[in-house]
Amino acid sequence: MSQSTHHADQDALIGPGHTMATLTDKISDIVLTKKHPLQWFAVTGIAAIFASLLALTVVNLFFTGIGVWGPNNPVGWGFDIINFVWWIGIGHAGTLISAILLLLRQEWRTSINRSAEAMTVFAVMCAGMYPLLHTGRPWLAYWLLPIPNSMGIWPQFRSPLIWDVFAVSTYATVSMLFWYVGLIPDFAVLRDKATKKVQKVVYGMLALGWRNAARHWDRYETAYLLLAGMSTPLVLSVHTVVSFDFAAGIIPGWHTTVFPPYFVAGAIFAGFAMVLTLSIPLRIWYGVDDLITDKHLDNMAKVLLATGWIVTYGYGLEAFMCFYSGSTYEEFMLLNRLQGPYAFQYWSLLLTNCVLPQIMWVPKLRRNIWALYFVAMSVNIGMWLERYVIIVVSLHRDFLPSSWGMYAGSRWDWAMFLGTLGFFTTMFMLFIRFLPMISIAEMKALVPHKPGLATGSRHAAAHH
Amino acid sequence: MSSPQANAAPIYGYLAEFDDKDALFACAKAARARGLTEIEAYTPTPLHGLPEILGYKNYVPHMVFMGGLIGVLTGFGLCYWVSVLEYPLNIGGKPFNSWQAFVVPTFETMILFASLTAVFGMIILNGLPQPYHPVFNVEKFARCSSDRFFFIVLSRDPKFDLNETRRFLAEQKALSVDEVPH
Repeated sequence: MSQSTHHADQDALIGPGHTMATLTDKISDIVLTKKHPLQWFAVTGIAAIFASLLALTVVNLFFTGIGVWGPNNPVGWGFDIINFVWWIGIGHAGTLISAILLLLRQEWRTSINRSAEAMTVFAVMCAGMYPLLHTGRPWLAYWLLPIPNSMGIWPQFRSPLIWDVFAVSTYATVSMLFWYVGLIPDFAVLRDKATKKVQKVVYGMLALGWRNAARHWDRYETAYLLLAGMSTPLVLSVHTVVSFDFAAGIIPGWHTTVFPPYFVAGAIFAGFAMVLTLSIPLRIWYGVDDLITDKHLDNMAKVLLATGWIVTYGYGLEAFMCFYSGSTYEEFMLLNRLQGPYAFQYWSLLLTNCVLPQIMWVPKLRRNIWALYFVAMSVNIGMWLERYVIIVVSLHRDFLPSSWGMYAGSRWDWAMFLGTLGFFTTMFMLFIRFLPMISIAEMKALVPHKPGLATGSRHAAAHH
Repeated sequence: MSSPQANAAPIYGYLAEFDDKDALFACAKAARARGLTEIEAYTPTPLHGLPEILGYKNYVPHMVFMGGLIGVLTGFGLCYWVSVLEYPLNIGGKPFNSWQAFVVPTFETMILFASLTAVFGMIILNGLPQPYHPVFNVEKFARCSSDRFFFIVLSRDPKFDLNETRRFLAEQKALSVDEVPH
């Protein structure tokens, strides 16, 4: 009996002693009254400097043109597409946590879904910047859309590039809707708890007058569940379409059917690494380790391990198919990856994505924040290198040796990449400051219900 | 306490406060058994089974289905109209109506339209945004978003009676019963 109690404590999704009221106070106080830790100001300050660097690089790009970047002939795609794919992949874990895990009734998603959804929204913003900016004339970006224009021309709907426009813009819209809908009841909590006039008014407007009525909740839950049900195929379609950008081309190393599943798994892999990167500091700074528990970290590490193996399988199959296809160009591409000028990047990505995450097999290390942080950073870097290798290695050795070239990101490329990292971090820090980083309404459903006490919903009661 | 008046309802309704959801469920069932229809419950989290007791129909799924259907027609219609009628281009000898390729944009517009319908349909059916509502006049109602459960009987209910209804709510395990002014 005592042993099972101990086990239950270790695997609890919520710290002991929490009631609906204490949960409400704890999460809303972070936004309404709590003094923010010094680390918040330090990180936000540094991130804001990098976000300003982004503004600088954009201005320079507008005045000079995309010649300030590294792409050349034959490497026509560089940091713009590498970073686009990296960022949008990161966003996918947020949708996975909020939508797919909701449909699978994984209750542990509840304390991390809000921050993961925020991460999605900001990552998609960073991703969206690249295709717009790489057109060189972003003020003409509306040419991408199927709208009547003075030239009388229309998009070509057989191309994966226009599919990308549809997929990414739908994804950005639905991610924001999903995030906002989740926030409505929490805005109402903040409105009701706020003591300052301005907080009451602003959160009150955002809550739309939400008053927790039973009929409203019912429609709300239906809408939320349907959104989750639609986001699930959506998120799979988005990275599938992103992979079509490559797979539909006849470039060696791109023209392969394994791309869609392997891109989707890679996206989830990268995204969970980013969720860990963000939630571990939050846990420490705001003392919410009773809400984002060791069990959460443990589960996220397991997802990381599983998706890591799917990605590893993808690398293996890619290599196998290069020989199995019998295509000289494919075979050369693989040998060039293994021992060509970018071999360092290829071997580094195998180390960071396939080898280092294997320490997560040790249960103790899955609950050790330093080990987790190390693995998360390793995967963040590894997944960036993966896109670098896919794009640069395939392009820099063209079909004719006379057209071979080399590629390296220019300092403006690097400055813009650091700038998007700064923008992303700034937005995330502002989110922590002004919005509840854990879903208050959903957490309350996890409080066990004891008859006669002011706790819990029927859903949680039935579960225990 | 204002003195009850004979005919015109001077208040919006009576609001009962509970600290336990079981008591709220019992109260809702008792109210339905008495034939009260203009009733509503307010709870910090969604409680399954409660809306069924209150009695209403949820039209969100129907709206979302229609939204998705319109999305499919719009998406495919756009691809077809552009590629076959308005701006036919020979791309690698593929037919103008390359419907397989049009599946992807069609799928995305379906998701987009259905999602927008789900969110705005829910908001509109809920009558939001609604900046003012009489229940907010009761100060303790602010605890509803924290940990308290509330039950209201509206004065426009045909069976509403200033004394009878108040007595009925007081007989439940309510912490308090308050008048809700208009």
